[in-house]
Amino acid sequence: MSEQATLEKTDNRMEIVSFTIGEQAFCLDIGHVLEIRGWTNTTTLPHAPDYVVGMMNLRGAVLPVIDLSMRLGLGKTIPESRHVIIIAHIDEKSVGFLVDAVSNIITVNLEEMKPTPEVSSTKTTAFIRGVYTLEETIVRAIDVHQIMPQETLTAA
Amino acid sequence: MSDLRDMFFEECDDLLEVLSTGLDDLQNENSDAETINSMFRSVHSIKGGAGAFGLDRLIKFAHAFENVLDDLRSDKLAVDPTITALMFSGFDHLNDLVDAARDDNDLPETDGAAVLAELKQTTQAANGTTGAEDEDANEVSEDDFVALSVNIGLDLGGDDSGLPDLPGLPPLGETSDGNSQFVVKFEADSALYARGHDPALLFRAIGEMGDLTIEADCSAVAPLESLQDAPASISWTLTLRPDDGIDEGTIREIFEFVEGQCTLEISEMMAEEEASELVVAPAPAAKAPEPVAKPIAQKSPAKAPKAEKVEKANKQEAKGGDGGKKSSEPRNSTIRVDLNRVDRLINLVGELVISEAMLRQSMNELPVSANSAVSEAIGQLKTLSGVLQESVMAIRAQPVRGLFQRMSRIVRESSRQAGKTSRLVMVGEATEVDKTVTERLVEPLTHMIRNSVDHGLEKAEDRLAAGKPEMGTIKLEAAHRSGRVVISLSDDGAGVNRVKVRQKAEEKGLVRPEDDLTDSDIDNLLFRPGFSTADEISQLSGRGVGMDVVRSEIQALGGRINLQSEPNKGTTITISLPLTLAVMEGMLIEVAGESLVVPTVALRETLQPGQANIHDFCDGDRGLSVNDSMLPIVDLGEALGFRSPLKNFNNQSLLLIEGESGRRSALAVDGIVEQREVVIKGLEQNYQTIPGIAAATILGNGKIALIVDTDQMIPSPGNGNPGLRKGSELTEVNSYV
Repeated sequence: MSEQATLEKTDNRMEIVSFTIGEQAFCLDIGHVLEIRGWTNTTTLPHAPDYVVGMMNLRGAVLPVIDLSMRLGLGKTIPESRHVIIIAHIDEKSVGFLVDAVSNIITVNLEEMKPTPEVSSTKTTAFIRGVYTLEETIVRAIDVHQIMPQETLTAA
Repeated sequence: MSDLRDMFFEECDDLLEVLSTGLDDLQNENSDAETINSMFRSVHSIKGGAGAFGLDRLIKFAHAFENVLDDLRSDKLAVDPTITALMFSGFDHLNDLVDAARDDNDLPETDGAAVLAELKQTTQAANGTTGAEDEDANEVSEDDFVALSVNIGLDLGGDDSGLPDLPGLPPLGETSDGNSQFVVKFEADSALYARGHDPALLFRAIGEMGDLTIEADCSAVAPLESLQDAPASISWTLTLRPDDGIDEGTIREIFEFVEGQCTLEISEMMAEEEASELVVAPAPAAKAPEPVAKPIAQKSPAKAPKAEKVEKANKQEAKGGDGGKKSSEPRNSTIRVDLNRVDRLINLVGELVISEAMLRQSMNELPVSANSAVSEAIGQLKTLSGVLQESVMAIRAQPVRGLFQRMSRIVRESSRQAGKTSRLVMVGEATEVDKTVTERLVEPLTHMIRNSVDHGLEKAEDRLAAGKPEMGTIKLEAAHRSGRVVISLSDDGAGVNRVKVRQKAEEKGLVRPEDDLTDSDIDNLLFRPGFSTADEISQLSGRGVGMDVVRSEIQALGGRINLQSEPNKGTTITISLPLTLAVMEGMLIEVAGESLVVPTVALRETLQPGQANIHDFCDGDRGLSVNDSMLPIVDLGEALGFRSPLKNFNNQSLLLIEGESGRRSALAVDGIVEQREVVIKGLEQNYQTIPGIAAATILGNGKIALIVDTDQMIPSPGNGNPGLRKGSELTEVNSYV
């Protein structure tokens, strides 16, 4: 019985992977993260949105790499070897997120998440689900479903 | 339940194939008693499964069908052409019923009513009975097939009466000592219950075998408050004082359907001795293909309980061999595997091959590459990974037999509709082709066959006048030739009426009267869009969506199609296909520093820089003159948005491509690297469709190269290049998101 009790308690706890882009800290639910890799060269895609860096080869699988900085409106990343790609699996698709550095894996409680400030930027409200305060830093929780490249009309 | 249902329909496909093979043998007078037996068993198994799922119409029909086969088997009826024809119609309808049941459709009541009536009549005539059969069919569904697992399991016991029932278990194997008794310890896993099995039914079946005492051990059952979602925890000890003819194998059979979902221990004890011999290893039995011909009751070697799929397949073997009876020849043992697993394996091996190529390439760059031990090992690795890839690809490959058998039905139907008699001869049915390819060949082949029957074969009187047998022959042939599969369809008809084809083509403005056309040019006019020589639109063909659709479907599979015809001898259409859709022949090119692949299927010609005769037009448009005509030039780098338009094409190589529509254009690229086989990787899986790009591939150095969608690179007049303009607009729209 005691085991069940702990289960209930941990229900709202989750692990997140925190990472940085420029000066800002962000995080993803660890359930989406498959692995973290160093920067590898990508193949440029024709007519791709500016935040899609290109396609990368992950052990034979072909997946798009998204420049999260560009996607979030923080400016284009010029990728070099110090950059990191977080491989994530979201909505049945695998995708790589190009970020500056991965900082930590932290256990948080879902109730600790505070709502995103009601700012005017559509990007902030669309892509950030909320924020966690961890010690001194604010960690922005990314809405993974929104952040994925949206289907272009030609796809239909 | 839906899993079981899927499994049933998969099994139906196999069973129908057996039935179809049997019918062909009957028709070719190539049959023996076993042919009819195996046909009977197929229909019977379909009926059995249908009973479990309450598919009443299917049961009823299968029952009538089965009765006729039973009469044939017991020599109450003799095989003659009428019966064979009846069985073919029966088979077709059975197919329809299975398909309808699979898709949850209801066929119109009238469908197959005639066949059903005829089947019944045949049985009645043979047995001198009246319409009591109907009720029989209903009884069957209620009594024998409700408890699906147990009863079908018993059917394996060599009981050949067709309607298995519990007391009917025949003596099998050695008779056990009157003094011995069996102690069966049985503990069901949760999986057993999850699949809807009921231990009580199993025990009841055992109870039929002799004097049975059952003890249940409930000590492991959790207290009520924590019972929810608890694992199955009741175990039973059954003590059986068996009747004559019951041995361990017979008991084991009862549990056959729950193998892997329970812990089963059977031990035989002499009455006076205590636990003399623990007969059975804990793991259930594996039947290698051979035991098919042996009595099923024999003790089989142990095997891992988890290999359910293998078991299942083996069980089918047992069914095919009909227990103790001798089967004519051992069937290949097969397993059913989820296609996703195979695809995963294929992907993994593809990755392995790429890694191997990467390793080899980087070894070449190292100074140590001269080291013979290393290079030898790498050479071996290359060979092995190549063989491995081939073997894995072979898993997806399937014999074309199933496809051809479907076609034999099309021949029958279209002959009936066209009022002609014809037969289908199949050659090389064992040729293996990728499953996806066979699936996508159904439509084009159907169309081609209808065409052959409708246009290819002459009317009976014309055939006789030409000194040919009245019955037309359509030949479907498959073979492997130089890494491709070649499927050819030939008829012994009148051949293409070239005068008429030419006349039609001129009427439709496809050719000019003054054009000089070779015979083969004229024959291939049939593939042009909107071409049909049938004066009147018949029910079968001639609707104008004809061979051009066939051709584009074949081309979509990376195949080529060709037609040859000889007056009064017949027409042969040859399709050449790649062995698999996963690999494609392509030309590796370079544009703006990116490597790209152009599919060879679309490629007609390549021109080196300086060879081409380029003319400028408005807006930087350019044309290339080839053989008196002017082709549009598409700058690939610009079309894909890799760079701004080139001022000067002097250093560009040109690739002449032809799209599915037959229109051509020339792609300007920076350089042509080499022609090679590439493994196709879809982009939609992780990303989305990209304008101008069909797929991607991974090169030896691990880099990704995109495969150009040549059809999108052929500009339609005045609309600009779809790959270029539409795409770039969308990019802008998208970046505001």
